[in-house]
Amino acid sequence: MNLVLAVVVGGLYAAGLYLMARRSVVKLIIGLCLIGHASNLLIFVSGGLTRGRPPLIRPGAETLTAPYADPLPQALILTAIVIGFGVLAFAMVLIHKVYVAVGSDDLDQMKSTDA
Amino acid sequence: MAPVGKPVTLFLQTFGQQDTHPASAVTKIMIECLLTIFGLALVAPFLHWALRSTTHWFLGAIVAGITTWLALQLPAVASGATLHAAFAWVPALGVNFSLMADGLGLLMALIICGIGTLIVIYAGGYLADHPLLGRFYAYILLFMGSMLGVVLADNIIVLFIFWELTSISSYLLIGFDHERAAARAAALKALLVTSLGGLALLAGLLLMGTAAGSYELNEILTRGDVVRSHTLYVPILILILLGAATKSAQFPFHFWLPAAMEAPSPVSAYLHSATMVKAGVFLLARLTPALGGTPAWQGSLVAIGAITMLVGAILSLSSDGLKRILAYSTVSVLGTLTMLIGIGTLTAIQAAVLYLMAHALYKGALFLLAGSVSHATHLYDADDLGGLARRMPLTAVAGFLAALSMMGIPPLLGFIGKESLYEATMTAASEIGKAGTDHYSTGWTRPIMSLTPLAVAAHMLLFVVVVRVGVRPFLGRSRPSAHPPQEVSPSLWLGPLVPAVVGIIGGLLAGNVGSLIVAPAVMAVRGEPHEAAPLALWHGLTPELALSALTLFGGLILFAARRRLVQAAASLSRLADWGPDAGYDRALATLNLAAKTQTRVLQNGYLRWYLLTVLSVTVLLVGYPLIEHMELPEIKNLSDIWHFELMLAAMTLISAYAAVRATTRLGAVAALGAVGYSVALIYVYYGAPDLAMTQFLIETLMVILFVLVFYHLPPFSIFSGRAARLRDTLLALAFGAMMTMLILTTRANQSQPRISEYFVEHSLTEAHGRNIVNVILVDFRAIDTLGEITVLAVAAVGVFALLKLRRSAKKEEMR
Repeated sequence: MNLVLAVVVGGLYAAGLYLMARRSVVKLIIGLCLIGHASNLLIFVSGGLTRGRPPLIRPGAETLTAPYADPLPQALILTAIVIGFGVLAFAMVLIHKVYVAVGSDDLDQMKSTDA
Repeated sequence: MAPVGKPVTLFLQTFGQQDTHPASAVTKIMIECLLTIFGLALVAPFLHWALRSTTHWFLGAIVAGITTWLALQLPAVASGATLHAAFAWVPALGVNFSLMADGLGLLMALIICGIGTLIVIYAGGYLADHPLLGRFYAYILLFMGSMLGVVLADNIIVLFIFWELTSISSYLLIGFDHERAAARAAALKALLVTSLGGLALLAGLLLMGTAAGSYELNEILTRGDVVRSHTLYVPILILILLGAATKSAQFPFHFWLPAAMEAPSPVSAYLHSATMVKAGVFLLARLTPALGGTPAWQGSLVAIGAITMLVGAILSLSSDGLKRILAYSTVSVLGTLTMLIGIGTLTAIQAAVLYLMAHALYKGALFLLAGSVSHATHLYDADDLGGLARRMPLTAVAGFLAALSMMGIPPLLGFIGKESLYEATMTAASEIGKAGTDHYSTGWTRPIMSLTPLAVAAHMLLFVVVVRVGVRPFLGRSRPSAHPPQEVSPSLWLGPLVPAVVGIIGGLLAGNVGSLIVAPAVMAVRGEPHEAAPLALWHGLTPELALSALTLFGGLILFAARRRLVQAAASLSRLADWGPDAGYDRALATLNLAAKTQTRVLQNGYLRWYLLTVLSVTVLLVGYPLIEHMELPEIKNLSDIWHFELMLAAMTLISAYAAVRATTRLGAVAALGAVGYSVALIYVYYGAPDLAMTQFLIETLMVILFVLVFYHLPPFSIFSGRAARLRDTLLALAFGAMMTMLILTTRANQSQPRISEYFVEHSLTEAHGRNIVNVILVDFRAIDTLGEITVLAVAAVGVFALLKLRRSAKKEEMR
């Protein structure tokens, strides 16, 4: 199962990077999103995979019984998802402003700081 | 007894025991003197603000006090003692802040503080109207302290740090008039040349310390045999020689010194004639017991020194400015000193010490005098000046005395210096031959025999220099000038006059100077007590006297023919296009060009090029070892994979591919949403319900936001060509494959125990929560979550500000 998810992560990275290397700002942002997903999954897979055993302590029990999914990567990813959203929201408003100012979404048209 | 063997007992007798005892009162004062000067440098601008026009007298008095204290130590040092003071500085690295004052160090310290006193006083008059005079005091005191540190250092790390500090303060002082481009360029030139040499010196010192097994100079100096027979001896010698040659402006590094004349006169007098440029010579003398005496040492030093002596003397002819003429003559003298240390016989070392002293006095005086003359007349070229003796009598007296000393006329110190120089070059061959059984080499007889005529020739040329600078401006008809010259203020004539007078006193009291100052310094260099004849002004009719007379006679003839000489020198200056100065300019231009090209290529302003560069380097650096050491245990049990997992993976990848290939914005956003939901399903499947919930929520918000914003943007267009797309595809796939391999390798090599077990065990008992992920976020790692919330808040403020910006921009349009 690691193999499958490893391939998924690789594919997401490839797609994200290809989009980030485009000249269009919109594609750049979409690529950034994909890389965000890829990185979250990377942490998730690196922590080890366990099917269908969430780290929740059942009522009445004192502690978890193995096997259970590793809670630490999940906590990290939860933070990453939320922060990623904040960054993306900011980036989207920013590129919208840039488009209003420059009149193009081509990165190569944005070399001058005087626009 | 071999000359190297002797110092062991000497050093042990004098301060070997003090190492274990607390520093005595006398040696403590040595450290305090050093700290006082650095402390004064710190407060100098404020002092100047408070004391205004009396600052220089106040500072001068303090430095004079330190000079007096140093002078009082002379008798003790002359009787064979060495002052020693130390405290642990960086004990972890075995670096001690240790100082020692032997004959050589004390002589240099006296020159530094004695002339330093006059320089501080002189600067107060010379730069009286300069708005940054306070800063000047700070720089010059910083230099004084650093230079004192160089000559008193006992630890090679301490020595190096002070050495570099002198380079830095020299940079600040040369560029003191920082609004002039020429001053800035000259300062940079001096800094680059001397600090490149400084780097070499550091390497050389460390190698030497390793070879000798100690970083303490007094120990290294007793282990000369070990250092000289070490396999790294030649590299050590070359590196240290590079440091000394750049600092002391030896050929081919001499060119920074004339350029440094952009500095104010007191700086030229102090740093670039009396003290700092002598640091290289001092270092060579200091390390003679450790490195000296081998054929490599003698050959390189004598060759470099003799060439520098001649080149400096010849170049001094082709210059017009008073200070440039003096600068080239200083280069010549520094070459002479290096040559004498290279010869290394008793007579030669004695001559070097005498010559160094005499030169510091007369050249310092001449530089200050040049400054005073230019200050009074506003003229800078030697040939424009004349008849100043009547208007500036005291300055003229100083000029004549200094000039006589430099010409080598009795009874001045310069006479004794030059006599002993000739004696050293004449007797060198026979003395080296005599000591041939020792570590002094034979086989150098013939080249060393030729040094005498070279020295005589160089000094004939220097005679022309001294007449042009020290005599001519005061004699003859006075020239018409826009500024009628007047005698300068006391602080300005005191500077040149005192060293000039000291020069004549030193000459008259030659015997005392010899036993009190010269002999201890020679002993420190030679490492053995010596039985040289006591110094005297008059030796009777000797061959040296004949050579002196010949020099004067030849000098007079050369002076008479100086116009033709200057023309000849000017025609020689065409060679300068291939000289080291032009080489420096070319090297600097090439370096700048390379930096610019490199910046243009790497920092081209295109985001995707940065991205592609970083990615390809990463793929190469990480991918290669991954392929090398790849282990794939998981591939064997493919039956472990469930169908549902495969479907999920396919869905994610197909959505991602759709996002890449989408031709419309809406399509791309929809595909991106599909990727997000698929990822959320993966989280559900592998036991992460919290992640899945958050992901669903955020993904939905994101798609809405995208649609809202993208609605205003133009449709997708393809900007890049087919080749670029193919290249990016390949690189992206390579990077993706690398990440896949990275994960598999990580999973295959997990050795660390899981931290999570701690959280799992304590989640309910200590934090009273059953959802462990939530407990980690809000309890165990609550501060992290606080940081996360802050980031979100900042992003929200940013978004709000950007939206607000639009509105105010519209408002402006409406107006």
